[in-house]
This record gives sequence, C-alpha cells and structure tokens, in this order.
Amino acid sequence: MSLAEIEAETESKRVGEETGGSLGREAWKRLRRDPVAIIGFVLIAFFVLVALFAPLLAPYAPDAQPGAGTITPTNIPGPSAEHWFGLDELGRDEFSRVVYGARQSLLVGVVSLILGMSLGLLMGFLAGAFGGKVDTVVMRLVDVMLAIPGLLLAIAIAAVMGPSLLSVMIAIAAINVPIFARLLRGQMLAQREADYVLAAQSLGVRRRSIMLGHVLPNSVSPVIVQGTLTLATAIIEAAALSFLGLGSADPGVPEWGRMLASTQRYLASAPHLAFFPGTAIVIAALGFTLLGERLREALDPKYRR
Amino acid sequence: MRHHSLSRRLLALSAGTVMVAGLAACGGDDGDEGEAGEGGGGTLVFGGSADPVILDGAYVSDGESLRAIRQIFETLVTTEEGGTEIEGLLAQDWEASDDGLEWTFNLQEDVTFHDGEPFDAEAVCFNFDRWYNFEGVLQSPAVSYYWSTVMGGFAQNEDPNLGESLYAGCEAPDEGTAVITLTRPSSAFLTAMSLPSFSIASPAALEEGGADEVSGTGDAPSFEGTFGYENPAGTGPFQLESWDRGSRLTLSRYDDYWGEPAQLDTLVFSVIADGPARRQALEAGDIDGYDLVDPADVDALEEAGFQILRRPAFNVGYVGFNQALPPMDNPQIRQAIAHAINRENLLQTNYPEGAAVATQFMPPDLFGYADDVTEYEYDPERAQQLIAESGVTDLTLDFWYPTDVSRPYMPNPQANWELMRTDLEAVGFTITPQTAPWNPQYLDQVDGGNAQMYLLGWTGDFGDPDNFIGTFFQQQQPQWGFDNPEIFDVLNRAEAETDEEARVELYQEANRLIMDYLPGLPYVHTEPAIALREGVEGLVPDPVTNERFVGVSID
Amino acid sequence: MLRFVVRRLFQLVPILFGLSLLLFFWVRALPGGTAVALLGERATPETIAQIERLYGLDRPIWQQYLSFLGRAVRLDFGNSVRTNRPVVEEMLRTFPATIELALAALTFAIVVGIPLGYFAARRYGGWLDSVTVSASLLGVAVPVFFLAYILKYVFAVQLGWLPTAGRQDPRVDAEHPTGFYVLDGIVTGNPAATWDAVEHLILPAIALGSIPLAIIVRITRASVLDVVNEDYVRTAEAKGLLARTITRRHVLRNALLPVVTVIGLQAGLLFSGAILTEKVFGFPGVGNFIYEAISFRDYAVLQGFILVIAAVYVLVNLAVDVSYGLIDPRVRVR
Repeated sequence: MSLAEIEAETESKRVGEETGGSLGREAWKRLRRDPVAIIGFVLIAFFVLVALFAPLLAPYAPDAQPGAGTITPTNIPGPSAEHWFGLDELGRDEFSRVVYGARQSLLVGVVSLILGMSLGLLMGFLAGAFGGKVDTVVMRLVDVMLAIPGLLLAIAIAAVMGPSLLSVMIAIAAINVPIFARLLRGQMLAQREADYVLAAQSLGVRRRSIMLGHVLPNSVSPVIVQGTLTLATAIIEAAALSFLGLGSADPGVPEWGRMLASTQRYLASAPHLAFFPGTAIVIAALGFTLLGERLREALDPKYRR
Repeated sequence: MRHHSLSRRLLALSAGTVMVAGLAACGGDDGDEGEAGEGGGGTLVFGGSADPVILDGAYVSDGESLRAIRQIFETLVTTEEGGTEIEGLLAQDWEASDDGLEWTFNLQEDVTFHDGEPFDAEAVCFNFDRWYNFEGVLQSPAVSYYWSTVMGGFAQNEDPNLGESLYAGCEAPDEGTAVITLTRPSSAFLTAMSLPSFSIASPAALEEGGADEVSGTGDAPSFEGTFGYENPAGTGPFQLESWDRGSRLTLSRYDDYWGEPAQLDTLVFSVIADGPARRQALEAGDIDGYDLVDPADVDALEEAGFQILRRPAFNVGYVGFNQALPPMDNPQIRQAIAHAINRENLLQTNYPEGAAVATQFMPPDLFGYADDVTEYEYDPERAQQLIAESGVTDLTLDFWYPTDVSRPYMPNPQANWELMRTDLEAVGFTITPQTAPWNPQYLDQVDGGNAQMYLLGWTGDFGDPDNFIGTFFQQQQPQWGFDNPEIFDVLNRAEAETDEEARVELYQEANRLIMDYLPGLPYVHTEPAIALREGVEGLVPDPVTNERFVGVSID
Repeated sequence: MLRFVVRRLFQLVPILFGLSLLLFFWVRALPGGTAVALLGERATPETIAQIERLYGLDRPIWQQYLSFLGRAVRLDFGNSVRTNRPVVEEMLRTFPATIELALAALTFAIVVGIPLGYFAARRYGGWLDSVTVSASLLGVAVPVFFLAYILKYVFAVQLGWLPTAGRQDPRVDAEHPTGFYVLDGIVTGNPAATWDAVEHLILPAIALGSIPLAIIVRITRASVLDVVNEDYVRTAEAKGLLARTITRRHVLRNALLPVVTVIGLQAGLLFSGAILTEKVFGFPGVGNFIYEAISFRDYAVLQGFILVIAAVYVLVNLAVDVSYGLIDPRVRVR
C-alpha cells in the first residue's frame, strides 16, 4: 500500500548488513540540526495542535450552516474574508470543517497505528524469539496478509464491518500488521547473530533474558522510524477509504477524504472544496514523512556521510 | 407479494403540450424533421451511467438497458413523445370488445425485423406466448419484473403466491390482426403495452439465439443465449452494430425501417460511470449528450452553451416513516418532523431550478392531484410544541440514507440527509445516522420494515395516480408499517372506478386523507435533465423517459 | 536454479490456500449472509431458500469450501450479480485495462525516476539533488486521488489538452482483439486508435506513477550513493577510469539491483493506487470494477477478483525473486 511497506521490505532485505543503531545522543544531535527534520516536526506539531484545539480555532461548529439559505448547487462561494476557505455545498464553513477534520485524521492515524503496531510487533516477536514452527506459522500468515494489496485488504475488512470509524481503524491496522511483524522479526534475527548476543550466550545468559533484555530494546529504533512513516500512510489510507465511501457512518463528521469525494461534482464550479481538504492531507502526511525519513537517516549508518 | 395494480382508465397528462412548448424554448429552432434530415447522418454519442444488462426487454427493468432497447425494439402501442397519452406504434389501431376481454390490434404493414423476418400477427403471438410460458428462474421478479407486475402470473406459476395470469391467449386470424384475450377486463393492459418490456422481437432470432436459455450453475442466474447480447432483432429504427461490453454499445440505422428512418448513421451509448466525468466528457466533446445531469452542473452547462432538456416532473422524493417502530406511530411526532424540516431551503441548496416542494405523494400534473391537502409549512416552534404535546420523551430517531446512488428525485441523498438532520436536531430530536449502499442493502432494510425513518422516492412508469399513491398506500406494507382501512378503501374504490370524474375525485380524496394522516413527508418533485451539445436536435424529453433517437439529428 | 524456482512455487501453495480460506469465510461474514450477497436486489425469503438449496449452502461448511475451492481452481467464480456475466469474463475485460495502465505508470516512473535518481546521486548535495529529494518526499505525501484531481482539473478541465475520462473516444472506430488498447491500435493498423488510447492513458498513468516514481528516485539515488562509495568504484576512479565507464560498468548495474526489487514490490502498491486513480478518471479497469462491485455488494466478483489479484501479486513477487536470484546468485541460498 505504501512507501512504508516498500521501505520495510527493503529494510528486511538488507537485514544482516545493517543493524539499527540505538536512538542515541548522536542521532538526536543530528536531527536537531537537520532543517528537513525540523520542518517535519513543525508540520506535525501544527497538525496535532490544530486537532487538539479545533474548537478554539474553528469559528463555527463543523455542522453549523452560516451560509444556509444562500447556497445553491451552482453558487458555492469560495474563500472570503469572512470564510477563509469559503463555504461548502451545504453552506458550512469550510475552514472550520478542515480544522475539525484534523481531529478525525489524527484519531484514525494514531489508533490504527497503535492497533496495527501492537499486533504486528507481537507476531514479529513471537516469530523472532521462538523461531521454528511458531516462526513458520506466523510468517505464512504474514505472507497471506501481504498477498492482498493493502487498500483491497482494507476495503474487504471495511465491507464486512460496515461503514464506521472503528472499521476504518481496524482496516488500516490490518495493513500495518504484517509490516511490523516482518520488521521486528528481521531485526531480531539479525541481532541474534550480533556479537553481543553471542557473547551473552557464551556467558550463559538465559535466552529469554537475552531476547527481552537486549535483542528487543535494540530493535526499537527501526520500529520508531517505521511507526512515524506509518502514521503518514495511515492518514492517507484513512482519507482513501473515506474517499471510497467507507468512512464514518455519519456524513456530518468532517473527514478530509470524504470532503474531497463529496465535492467531486463541484470540481469545476467550486475547486476550493477539493483543494483545502486535499492540501490538509498533504500537510499532515508530509510532516510524518519528513520526520520519519530523517529519523531513519539519522539512525542508519548507511546515510552517515 | 407486493401490490402492483394498474390504472383502469388513463387520462392524458396536460404536461404533454406544455412540454412541446418548453422544448422549443430550450432547443432553439427545432425545425421540421424532414428539413433537419437533409444534413443527416453522423454519429451521436450518448453517455450512460452503466452498461445495459441485456438487450431483451423481457428481462430488464433498469434505465440504461431500457434506453437502448427502446431504440432497437418497438411495442404495439407507445406513449406520445413528451407525454403519457397512448398512441399506436406497431399497431395502427386497436379495439376492445364490450366485455373488455378481447383486444384486437390492427398491425402496421410491411414491417420487417432486423434479421429480415417479416413482422406479423404470428410474431406478436409468439412473443406473448414466450413471456407467458417463462419457467423457473425466468419467473423471478428480478428477471421478468414488468410481466409479473402487469400480468400477475404465468402459464405454470412456480411461486404459489403468483395469481392467475391476466393473459389468456393470443390469436392471429390473419397476418395483420392480432387478438389478445384477457382473463378479466383491464384498461391498464393497453397502457402497459407501451412499456419496452413488451417489445416484439423476431421469433426466428429469439429461437436461434436461445433467448430463454438460462442456467443456474453459477452463483446467480445467467443468460446463456446470444439473442440479447449479439442478435437482438427488433423492428426499431436502429439495430445492433457492436457491443464492447462495459464500454460502448454501437447501434446503426436500420435502413428498412417501416417508418421515417433515423437520421443518424450511428448511435453510440458510451458508459461513463462517474457523474462528474460524464459532464467533463460532454465539455471535452467526447460525448454529445448524457442523462441525469447533476443539479450542480445545470447552470454552468447552460452558460457554456449546452442545451438542457428538462423532463416534466413525474416523480416524488419523500421521507418515509415506519409506524411499526415507535415513536413514528405518534401523529404529533410525524407532524413535528414535517414542520421541522425546511424544505424550501433544502430544495434551494441541493436541487436545480425546476424542483418544486411537494405537498403530496404525486406530481401536480397528474389527475387526482388535490390542491387543498393539509400542508405542513416550516415552523420549528410549532414542531417543538407538537413534540411537547405528544408526550414522547425518547426523541432519538434512526434516520436512514443510501450511499452510492443518485436518483432523479434525490441527486445527493447524503446532502439531503445532512440538512434534514440539522433541522430535526434544532427542534430537539436526536438523529442516529444509519446508512447502507442503495442496492441491495438499503432497499432491503427499507422494504423489510427495519428503517424507522428513511429517504426514498419514486419515478412514475405510467400516467396514473395508481402508479404513485396506489403503489404506496393501497395496502399494508412493511416499509410504512401502518394499517389504515380508510385510506386503503378509498384507493381500492378509485382503482375499480370506471367513471373518469368520479375517479379523479376519489384520488383527490385519497390525497387529502393521506396528507392528514401523514405516513411520510413528500418534499420534492424534480425535472430530471438531459444535457446535449449545441447542434443536436430533435430529442424530446419524456416524463416516463421514453426518449426516441429516431428523429434526432446532429449538425 | 530450477530447484530454487520449484521451492518458491511450493511456498506459494500455503499462501494461496490460506487466502482461499480467508475469502471463503469473508463472504460468509458479510452482512446478510451468502445468499443475500449473491442474490443482490429483490432477494425474498423464498428465493434465498431456493438459492441456498441450489448452491448447496445448506451442506456442511467443509463440503462447501471444497466445492468453492474446486470451482476456483477451474477459474469458475460464478456470475457477477450486477452485470449478469461470468466473473471470468469480467476479468478478461478489465485486467488488460489495468495492466496497461500499470505498465504505463511504471514506464513513466522508471523512465523519469532512474535518471533523476542517478543524477541526483552523482551531484550529491547539489540543487538537483535537493529538489529531487524534496519532490520525492512531497510525492509520497500527496494522496494519489488528490493528485489525480489536480491533473484532471488542470490539464483536462481547464486546459482541455487531454481527455477527462475513459480509455478510448467512443467516436474512434477501433477494434479490440487483445483488450490492450494501445497494442490493439498497432495490431489492427489503426494509428488514430493507438494515439487516442495513449492520450487517455497519460494523465492516469502520471497520477498512478507518482508513488513508484518517488520511491524509484530515492532508491536509485541511495543505491547509487552506496555503490559510488564502495571501494571498487573508488579504486576505479583512482585508476583514472572515465566517469562514463564507471557509470556503465559498475555503478548502474549494481545500483539497479535494489531498484528491480522495488519495482517488483510495486505490483500491490500500483494496484491500490489503481482503484483510486481509475475512479477519478472513470477508467474501466479492475480498480473501477471492484469499486463498483463494492458499491453494489457484488461479492462473487469481489471474491474472484481478490483471489486472482493476490495470486498474480504473489507470482509477480516470485518472478522478482527469481530474476533477483538470476542477477545475484547469493540470493538463492536463502
């Protein structure tokens, strides 16, 4: 589905060459000086703040209709001093709706990330820690999940569960489960051969404490990178599902993807209705992409030069 | 069984004449058809929203299939262009016996099917016997909807719920005369014969093409024959040239057509599923016209020099209340809802010009329309008062809207729903959104009586009130969930009445009763529009979408 | 080598088996149950019972699964409820369209992406590099349907340079023996039809190609950077080999390895993007068809299509693995 998936794939193909370094002071220093990372961070902060303080920022409630009685299908006013982003097809303030849309977007992104990541990491950990049959079973399951293109998997899940916010979250989480499972397993397998593990083993440290005490913590930083990137794709995926009509059942809830879809018919006469929610998606996704990329580079010795 | 009675007597729509004048204004100088033909020829591409299902009128009831079938096939009688009055087509004239059981049709002469076979009384009887003898899956209302609706049954009914067929038999005393016998008198019979589902096809082509071969080995009934896909031989002005499934259907002029031949050389129905894409295709010149123009596009298209043809309003959009699910059984709650919804604002915001606020469940141009029904004007205070009087405390309502659909009476259901929700919550209701894709879940939920309050509507098939309020309210139905013998009785009497004036009065009485009772809130009648590029002439918008391309020319 | 391929093929069996199981139960989990899902509109209790008997839905579940599997192996997925045609026929109609679109998108991404990534890396830190890197990051963040809208609005609606929707102008007299319209035009000796089909492909291909483009640029750049810094390239440079020779002999060939992998992995990504792109451009391919199947709850279509798409996807991945193994023998050992 996403760049994240591809990167995870190439990541795991490179396993063995590289081990993710720890999120050390070095990396942090590099990040702080990196203008791209800072831009990413600022965009994320902006997005999160808008989402949190939506009621303060938005001049109108998302379902209020300040333009009621003036709107006709062919007269949808664009941006003005009074309505910064113009009015939508029902006379609602587009700016307020885009602002409230950030909440939905953040909520879906974070919840689906947490769901997908937890399950994925659990599966990856089981496969990586126990190996053998557990590994085979888990990885075959992952293969099956990866065999269905991401969006199609999400659509299939959403079709069973019916249109609701929860089903969108679960659908997106499902896309991310195999990515995290593969990532963590790959990391753990690679670390198992690492010198310090071999050393610990030769010292007679028990396998479980090696896994929990050393291998797992050392696999955390690629997971953080992947998580950041996944947030970006989760936001886009949520918009895509909602664009396809599989979002929340309440059409009054402002979702960027749905706003974009429902204004298809006004594309020629009121392009602002497509422009603002579309741009909002880009900004939110871009923040996480930039930070995630730079985080990856900061942590990956390959990029240090 | 769903009740589908038909009219006993048909009155002409006054809209017919109004329409012709309206068209002249829209389409510019229409000119004589003969004159326009001199520059004739060419290819007209018309954008449709979907591929036809099959080119066999007996098996379809969807608009895209019927549009194509209307050009390829002809019926015994038809509705006048732009109106609903019955006139001859393959039958020059007809006569009913005094007891109303025997219908004698005098057929057009020198008519041949596209496969070269002659059209005669034998062919007419062949077609009727074919439909009458449908078996198995073919009897499913999903397949032969209009036959079971109009005729009620088959030679051997698979479903015991089907009644005795209205059809008794067909005889051909001579080539030019077909006599159809009915089991009981019905003046609705003639009206129904104008439906494209009763198109006369070439018996030879039907047999060779295996038109009745249907298999059930798949997961759904599947038509095995080639008739409806490759060789649909009718008598119409156009014949099938090629069908690139899912993309375009190409018809070519039938040169041996018995009437005035078509002016176009080729008529293409091109599939563009996406509404906005159809408009853009018209603007880009990819297509010459398309149907179901979005309200948002009407003004812009007109300004850009495209023609907008509006069909006379022959539909109604309504909010349905299911009284089986409280508190909808409370009349004050229903009235409160009616007073709470600002229909004027709704129409202005979501509908194009030409949409009118509905006061009752049928369009104003139809006979039986009552000017003096109880009206429920927008009055939120009155609504709050009614709620208080009702004594109902739980004001949570499940309100359903369909997705993935655009109907002539509700181009954007979700937008209608949102505006109504705002209005209803303003007077104190709490609205729970419920939604499902239009087909099949939404219709299942509504028809099955599971939807407390829902958006729905109706487009008429015939020019008769029975096709509107008779369909809705003549008997108990799960979607409405009420039992009101008074209304049922008036509608039954109206259907049985043979005196025209008495019938009009009965329907007016029914409309008054219905709007007092308020089983639902009708809110809109629209004029569904067709868009054409400049230079396309001769298409007459029709209330029952019976548009014929035979007289259409392009520059 | 052959053993490697055979082994990989065997690994496919459990995946496809698992998939068929998932899909089988997926349809049964859908609201309304199988019969309603398959019957579509106008399902009545009587017809549901009839269908359930007819298709053996009253039999034990494992028998049903086996018969589903048996039919799936013979590519019999039943009929589309919406179009009343066999699902296989719909596949033959829609797959060529999507494959054509995907190939066009990939071609666009490769033709633009590899040179861009290469030159960005060769001029590491320069303005071209910065612009390329920023654009590729931005490209990842722009949803494909939003980009499709923008392209359509600007180039089709406003400028009118290219068609807004579809695969072929209905006016163009074209025959379609293969279903690949560009190829059809060439085969039937109809340059007008070929050109028309190409015109219809341009905007959707650019929109769809944007994601692989961003990735290909970045992977190419990263790979070239890796290789450039490898010892043998440094040695070659030190030996005074011409830059162009280094490029050809070492850098490009080694750098292309990860790019090949990534291109293979695009299959699923392209497919997800195709659903969205085809919807915006009304392009009659698999994506659009599936979207409509969802709207109409045409589950026979969804079941069959998802299974076949997954099979194709898995096979593409296999092909990539194999070709990777051909290029780099070390991979086979895995």
